[in-house]
Amino acid sequence: MTGAARLEMKNISKQYYGNRVLKGLSFSVNKGEVLSLVGENGAGKSTLMNILFGMPVIHSTGGFDGEIFLDGEKANIKSPEEAMKLGIGMVHQEFMLLPGFTITENIKLNREITKDSLLSKIFGKPMKWLDLPAMKADARQSMDTIGLGIDEMLPVRGLPVGHMQFVEIARELDKKNIRLLVLDEPTAVLTESDADKLLEAMKILTGKGISILFISHRLDEVMAASDKIVVLRDGEQIAETRPSETTIDRIAELMVGRKIESGEMVGRPPSELKDDYILEIRDLSVAMPGERVKGVNLDVKRGEILGIGGLAGQGKIGIANGIMGLFPSDGDVKKNGKTIKLNAARASLDNAMAFVSEDRRGTGLLLDDSIEFNIVATAIQVQGKFLTPGKVRILDSQAMTGLATNMIQELDIRCTGPGQLTRRLSGGNQQKVCIARAIILEPNLLFVSEPTRGIDIGAKKLILDHLVKLNRDNGLTIVMTSSELAELRSICDRIAIVYQGKLEGILLPTDSDRDFGLMMAGEYHKFHGKEAV
Amino acid sequence: MRLLQKNIVPIVFIVLCTIGFHYSGLSWMFFANDLMTRLARNSFLVISLIIPVLAGMGLNFGIVLGAMAGQFAAFITVVYNLTGITGFFLACVLSIPFAVLFGWLTGILFNKAKGKEMITGLILGFFANGLYQLVCLIFIGWIIPISNKALLLPSGIGFVNTLDLKIWQYAIDKFYVFKLKGITTPLLKYLNNINFPVLTLIIVALLCTAVYLLFRTKLGQDFRAVGQNRHIAEVAGIKVDRVRIIAVIFSTVLAAWGQLIFLQNIGNVQVYGSHVQVGTFAVAALLIGGASVSKATIGQALLGTVLFHALFIVSPLAGKNIMGSAQVGEYFRVFVAYGVIGIALALHAWQRLTKKE
Ligand SMILES: Nc1ncnc2c1ncn2[C@@H]1O[C@H](COP(=O)(O)OP(=O)(O)OP(=O)(O)O)[C@@H](O)[C@H]1O
Ligand SMILES: [Mg+2]
Repeated sequence: MTGAARLEMKNISKQYYGNRVLKGLSFSVNKGEVLSLVGENGAGKSTLMNILFGMPVIHSTGGFDGEIFLDGEKANIKSPEEAMKLGIGMVHQEFMLLPGFTITENIKLNREITKDSLLSKIFGKPMKWLDLPAMKADARQSMDTIGLGIDEMLPVRGLPVGHMQFVEIARELDKKNIRLLVLDEPTAVLTESDADKLLEAMKILTGKGISILFISHRLDEVMAASDKIVVLRDGEQIAETRPSETTIDRIAELMVGRKIESGEMVGRPPSELKDDYILEIRDLSVAMPGERVKGVNLDVKRGEILGIGGLAGQGKIGIANGIMGLFPSDGDVKKNGKTIKLNAARASLDNAMAFVSEDRRGTGLLLDDSIEFNIVATAIQVQGKFLTPGKVRILDSQAMTGLATNMIQELDIRCTGPGQLTRRLSGGNQQKVCIARAIILEPNLLFVSEPTRGIDIGAKKLILDHLVKLNRDNGLTIVMTSSELAELRSICDRIAIVYQGKLEGILLPTDSDRDFGLMMAGEYHKFHGKEAV
Repeated sequence: MRLLQKNIVPIVFIVLCTIGFHYSGLSWMFFANDLMTRLARNSFLVISLIIPVLAGMGLNFGIVLGAMAGQFAAFITVVYNLTGITGFFLACVLSIPFAVLFGWLTGILFNKAKGKEMITGLILGFFANGLYQLVCLIFIGWIIPISNKALLLPSGIGFVNTLDLKIWQYAIDKFYVFKLKGITTPLLKYLNNINFPVLTLIIVALLCTAVYLLFRTKLGQDFRAVGQNRHIAEVAGIKVDRVRIIAVIFSTVLAAWGQLIFLQNIGNVQVYGSHVQVGTFAVAALLIGGASVSKATIGQALLGTVLFHALFIVSPLAGKNIMGSAQVGEYFRVFVAYGVIGIALALHAWQRLTKKE
């Protein structure tokens, strides 16, 4: 079998309800290689990986066409179980962790270490005892490999998303027979430093001869990590190339099918924004695990786009979550001079504030409802919009559909129509629905956290442009939290940097990289000896 | 405060029982003895509900089929006159094939109606009752010959309403405690007057231990995994449908045994009635113990059995003393049983809705 590729996928096609989402893809990966799949949201990346892993969603919708070979042998993969037996591991785009189980139990899920019991002699494996100490030791070992230092007996519920992602990776590492590992956007929920750690871990794996299929919308990662890059567009294979033969711009162009002009900074100089504050935050503390806020003072000017940046775990994520009542918080927050009630999610919504959470996989799309209903659901519930006037109020479906169609266009949600179930959208397009849902509320203060995470390069610009448009045309004040500095600098007027749960200072998008670096590391004031702007 | 909130259901029932007991005018001795008997004979049925709850299938109203399996086995022992403790244990063994078959069929049905197991189980109970009556009323004596005509209706077809189970009544209950002589410590002396059916209690205790240990095995872990999220369990390679069927089979077999224990205490079987309310009563007891549709522990099952039956004992008399009519207490009792189930199901639906938001 020498010379056979680790994985060869030949002429793969797939239809979902008559909609052709993959159109004859063929490619191969060798032993110890990393192949990256790039493409717009909805291009078909996850679908392709679900085929390889035998996911139920593929086989309950009529299967697929084409052939798969593993190390030269034809593989007929009909279920995840069979895929795992063949040595295929997968980290899915959405979390596959049981919240009520501990980290150890999740890592060892269905691969528990067992000891003989009295009954197991007769009834076999199901009746064997779990060997918890041995399971713990294994979990510890794979967690250490990727530098995940937390207690292996913690329940998964309540872990920060970044940790959950590493738990998933640890689980795959723990599978000893792995030949091929699929990572579907593993870095989407990670900060840049954590993503780097992940890329390191991938190197260790390929060093052991494991091949990796890697999906990411961060093209710099793709360039750094891959041996081969396959570009998909609308289910077609547009190109196969190598990092040495191409550039990020070129890949982006191939993905989107047109040139993407790089966005320039649109932030306005401080003189253009009056000292009229829509939000005054005093001494805000938020008990969000992993992102604690410990006494932040911050003023948001009416009509500005304020960025909140900082390294992972410093608390930048916690601010919006605290104000919107999603985590226990304490302090004094005034909107338009009036104190708002903390720890009350509903009160925040009633105060014309809206929030796009960073944890979109966790905070609820109604997957079995249509796109249009998801977009208007909160508006119906909180504001009674989209209901016909009168005593008996029913859903005004015309208004709902009209608005949804509009949002679908504005945010370029790739779907078959406003009536499509959100379950049947690609991951990135589900996130666009979340953003649409918040915009529909017509808030006058919008919090967005990591708005472009998991969104392809083309759509990313579209979303940022749309935010700027809302800001300029409707005077919407926006507070955007992001771990991508470039994104913050492209649209924000001012950028607040959070360090160790406190506000370290505020910079302008035009300030130097060095200043940003220093401030995020908490060293800025030592160097400059003065208060920031 | 939290603790109070979490355990509000059992607390309310403890209060109700206390009030009821006060007004019933029953003596402690009588109350304790009656409660002990009821605990011994009913807890098995309630415990049989735990596994499906943890496997994510909700409250298994389908245990009615388990009760039927137990009764079929009981009929066989009556027909062949298998007596005493051997007769009882033979009935337990004989009930296994019936219960496994019924559980398997129930499990297959539940797999076709995922997410709607409770209502399916409830309806299945009614449907199965129809088939059961068909067998007992028409097939018996016609397709299935019975030599002892005393067991049959005058027409020679169908079982009589009530079959006597004297042949193994108290088969295991009769192993009472130690009525020790010469005990003077007041409390112990007092306890010494209660009839502890030791063997039955030991069997219940063994069952509790077995259920507890089950959740430390691979199978138990699979139950819990499937119970939390079918999709994730399936992606991890767990054979979800199979695990669910096994959970129902376990539950059905336990219910069959539970019904036999119940019958051996009662001493007769209402051919057309003994099983009918088994499902609802066991479910109500479990819920009163503080369990929910997705969480249940052995402790809750036992506590629930105690409270539910304490209410049973005191409510007719309390009703009579307060309202002047035992009927009122009776109504109250039935109202409570169904009310608790209704509230629990509504709460469950509501929780599911809010979780989605
Ligand atoms: N369960 C499903 N039923 C019907 N259509 C689906 C289903 N899942 C995905 N699709 C469709 O298949 C296409 C490809 O989706 P896929 O999830 O593979 O995209 P993707 O490349 O992974 O995108 P993203 O970067 O957003 O994750 C999309 O048009 C999507 O709407
Ligand atoms: Mg995807």
